Amino acid sequence: MNRFVALVASLLLVTAGCGSESADRNGPTKKVTLTVFAAASLKGAFTELGKQFEAEHEGVTVTFNFAGSSDLVAQIQQGAPADVFASADTKNMDVAITANLLEGSARNFATNTLEIATPADNPAEVNSLDDLAKSGVKVVLCAEQVPCGSAAAKVEEASGIDIKPVSEEQSVTDVLGKVISGEADAGLVYVTDVKAAGDKVNGIEFPESGDVVNTYPIAAIKGNVGDGLAEAFISFITGSEGQAVLAAAGFGKP
Amino acid sequence: MLPLVAMASRVDWNSFFSLISSDSSRTALWLSLRTSAVSTVLCVLLGVPMALVLARMTFHGQTLVRSLVLLPLVLPPVVGGIALLYTFGRKGLLGETVDVLGLQVAFSTTAVVIAQTFVALPFMVVSLEGTLRTAGERYEVVAATLGARPTTILRRITLPMVLPGLAAGAVLSFARALGEFGATITFAGSLEGVTRTLPLEIYLQREVDPDAAVALSLVLVVVAVLVIGLVRGTRSTAL
Repeated sequence: MNRFVALVASLLLVTAGCGSESADRNGPTKKVTLTVFAAASLKGAFTELGKQFEAEHEGVTVTFNFAGSSDLVAQIQQGAPADVFASADTKNMDVAITANLLEGSARNFATNTLEIATPADNPAEVNSLDDLAKSGVKVVLCAEQVPCGSAAAKVEEASGIDIKPVSEEQSVTDVLGKVISGEADAGLVYVTDVKAAGDKVNGIEFPESGDVVNTYPIAAIKGNVGDGLAEAFISFITGSEGQAVLAAAGFGKP
Repeated sequence: MLPLVAMASRVDWNSFFSLISSDSSRTALWLSLRTSAVSTVLCVLLGVPMALVLARMTFHGQTLVRSLVLLPLVLPPVVGGIALLYTFGRKGLLGETVDVLGLQVAFSTTAVVIAQTFVALPFMVVSLEGTLRTAGERYEVVAATLGARPTTILRRITLPMVLPGLAAGAVLSFARALGEFGATITFAGSLEGVTRTLPLEIYLQREVDPDAAVALSLVLVVVAVLVIGLVRGTRSTAL
């Protein structure tokens, strides 16, 4: 008898499920997932923007894959299901363009510049870019192969200052980590990283940073969810709401 | 096997040698071999007493001690790196003590050796402890009743008897040190010729030149296979 009740109950549940699904198909609350592959440095701003976008678009779930831009391009090339790709530099977006991965063209939506980060107590008394070249100051930079490293190299070139780092890290978060832990006296990271780290690091602006501006492009990927959803997300990011959140995180205008 | 085959199929054989013979690749390989050799020596020096204590003595909390010795085997390497950072780092527990001794651990080759020894030591201890237990204590007991001193027993009986296990442990430690990545990048940093070992170089090359990364990975696989083959070699001659 119990088994019979359970069977009827489950049948009822299944039919109820079918009913609501058919309602979804006709109604405005169709459930779709938008998958956004975004550069790791966008994590804070995009997570918040994703929530806002979900609130404005009923039935839409935005999922993110945050990683280094070159990793993301490689993953998309290998067939990872991405609807939108936001790169931390134009170089990796160019790779995606060359590989014919985009639907439509890429649009620039933000910029980022470098800043000196020191531990909160600034033990080596670093106050300017010149101080990074002083002997005894342990400076950590990104390796030239990664975007923050090539930006650092351009800063060195533009300013004529030769920094001898004690380590060339793989990512900007690694640089920040070594500064926060006090292992390094200073590092070159993005303005947005200093802002995100709060009191844990001390940020020092320098005039030469204006010479090296990193531009962030965003684009829809071929074979995306459709219904103009990828384009809607891109418009949202480049629109006033998106720009406000990005500006609050420290990003500059494109 | 399949991932290895997949990787080998991606190797650009035409430019293989030019890819693996760049200055930075050779510097990284040489640094890896040097640091792994030093780490192996340290593993023998630290691991032999540990294995002897674990295999030949019974004491309170032995299980706990053994678990602690084996911990690096199961820890994610990054966790190991963080632990080392807060031990030997500039602001770490022993940082100032080490600084007073005139040793600069942060961002130095010393840090690479420490990271490698940390992850490789359990291989030495496990391998040797197993051999010690299998070999048993009969000969040692007989030698003791015949009046041999403990140091003589250790030198003349115990160590020669477990030499194959010791060699296997050393080779395994070397192989593990050679492949060490996570703890090194977390704790030692990455600078060409100082702390950028071959696994770190592969990780970096992947950003700009995936072909070079694949080629270097294959080099690391070949070295690892040779090393493991060496273990089997020592085992079979011992039998």
